[in-house]
Amino acid sequence: MKNRYSFGGDEHLFVECDESMSLEAFFKSLSMTNAVRDSQIKGVTEICPANASFQIKFNPDMIRPDDMLREVQAIESAASKTDPVIATRIIEIPVFYQDPWTHETLMRFRERHQDPKATDLEYAARINNYATVDDFIAAHAGSPWFVSMVGFVAGLPFMYQMVDRPRQIQVPKYLRPRTDTPKLTIGYGGCFSCIYSVRGAGGYQMFGITPMPIFDPEQKTSYLRDFMVFFRPGDIVKFKPIGREEYDHTVEQVAAGRFTPAISDVTFDLREFQKDIDGYNARLEGMINGR
Amino acid sequence: MVVRVLNPGLSTTVQDLGRPGYFHLGIPIGGAMDRLALRAANLIVGNDEGAAGLEAVFVGPQLEFTRDALIAVTGADMPIKLDGEEKPSWTALKVRAGQVLSFGFLQTGARIYIAIAGGIDVPLALGSRSTYPIGALGGFKGRAIAKDDELPVGNAAGGREGRSIPEALRRRPGMPAELRVLPGLYWHRVTEETHRNFFDDQWKVAPEADRMGYRFRGGRPLQFVERDQPFGAGSDPSNIVDSCYPYGSIQVPGGTEPIILHRDAVSGGGYFMVGTVVSADMDLIGQLQPNTPTRFVKVDMDGALKARADRAALLDRIRSVFA
Repeated sequence: MKNRYSFGGDEHLFVECDESMSLEAFFKSLSMTNAVRDSQIKGVTEICPANASFQIKFNPDMIRPDDMLREVQAIESAASKTDPVIATRIIEIPVFYQDPWTHETLMRFRERHQDPKATDLEYAARINNYATVDDFIAAHAGSPWFVSMVGFVAGLPFMYQMVDRPRQIQVPKYLRPRTDTPKLTIGYGGCFSCIYSVRGAGGYQMFGITPMPIFDPEQKTSYLRDFMVFFRPGDIVKFKPIGREEYDHTVEQVAAGRFTPAISDVTFDLREFQKDIDGYNARLEGMINGR
Repeated sequence: MVVRVLNPGLSTTVQDLGRPGYFHLGIPIGGAMDRLALRAANLIVGNDEGAAGLEAVFVGPQLEFTRDALIAVTGADMPIKLDGEEKPSWTALKVRAGQVLSFGFLQTGARIYIAIAGGIDVPLALGSRSTYPIGALGGFKGRAIAKDDELPVGNAAGGREGRSIPEALRRRPGMPAELRVLPGLYWHRVTEETHRNFFDDQWKVAPEADRMGYRFRGGRPLQFVERDQPFGAGSDPSNIVDSCYPYGSIQVPGGTEPIILHRDAVSGGGYFMVGTVVSADMDLIGQLQPNTPTRFVKVDMDGALKARADRAALLDRIRSVFA
């Protein structure tokens, strides 16, 4: 896994750690971006980690692009020796799967879908060889997910399923993107799940909705008062299926300022995880349930 | 003092020079599409170059002033009227309390910038007054202005009526528009024939052109180098594992219609990119109307830096008018 470097115009250095998605590629991107931040290279204005790549925005009036490239390349070998360990947090996200709002929306955009006769969940379950939608939901909610990128629009997390590759869910995006997606929709495209932070266009399949806001520009939501964006790269997420009653109750609790997400601080070690994925995940989930 | 909105135009937003620092969370830099035009408008009325003004696209707003004010309008060519009387653009104009600023039909360009001495004084959001409507962030209540809004204006600091910027210092796209592009990013994903076609073909601005991105049509479809798609990328040859998107980067979903991401860019996604418009030409994109014929002109990094230096020199010449 060797980095590929390219300039995005005169203000961006784009670095692809791997063409394929993997947690190894994510950790390489993360260690590189941390190293770039720590090295305080002059002229760097923004550092944006992505799933298996990253981007550095710089001011070419302060540092010549070739010098920028050399500085970052010099970090590569040291960064690749960094232990793939992070102090992070595991967060439980309640999800109302098969909710009426995403259902209404997906029905409006059936002609843009691969399988207009099925719902997004029915389609995703079938092409991933699950016998029923319930089995598929159990798999989606059954393992934790790794936030490998925050972006697209404000505060939207891309989440990578923490299972071995043969078990990973994969679904194509809509044939043509929708012009509408309900706010807080749980989406799926490629090998990534996401949560739409705001209402708007989108191409990911829609599986459900969470009552828990993850972006609040007014910072009125009790747990978003310090900062308007909830997610950070490296967060670990566990979905908890809920029904209509709990959904409505949680919406009320959020509005009343009484909802606190279930969060525990954890350390994640990629090597330990790879040795025993299911056992490691069970211990992680125990951290939530043991709160 | 406040400015009352009698008619908002098509989409008029408060913009300054943007909010850098949050792209890693999906919040774009935003700010004026044509930064040079906003800076010029502010300089004319004696503001800081980065003061917040109004950006109006295609259709100008109608605004009533509650007190005397000094204003300037730059950017696209659109007749400027004070109580119906036509006034010059790129010039400091005295407005009396009760007067109404309005506009005629757009002639060339796409976006006008209205600076008012003192600047639009909406609250800072993440360090900027720019409007990011998708995130309901910044500007006037996080949205484009609407009829009956009252826009707060800060205290003016000594501009003078009649000052203006000479015609020669007003930068506009040519016809056809030429946008300088540094190939890169996922340029290797398309064939050598496509490498030539992309720069040989004449493109045209599509109707889908806004602050987030400008779409282009009319060139030959791109041909991909064959490969097995990497894990997690998706099945279309134009798909990649979702990555960051540079400002100005050119993605081509399905290999058909290039989209140049602009100030309100999405910060990342799963479409490959063929290169990036150089920073110096980003302003020009903000002045392109739909259907404008456009050529992409290939440059290397030296060419990109030369273009950047030329634009900086132009700004210095504009500044020197008011020094």
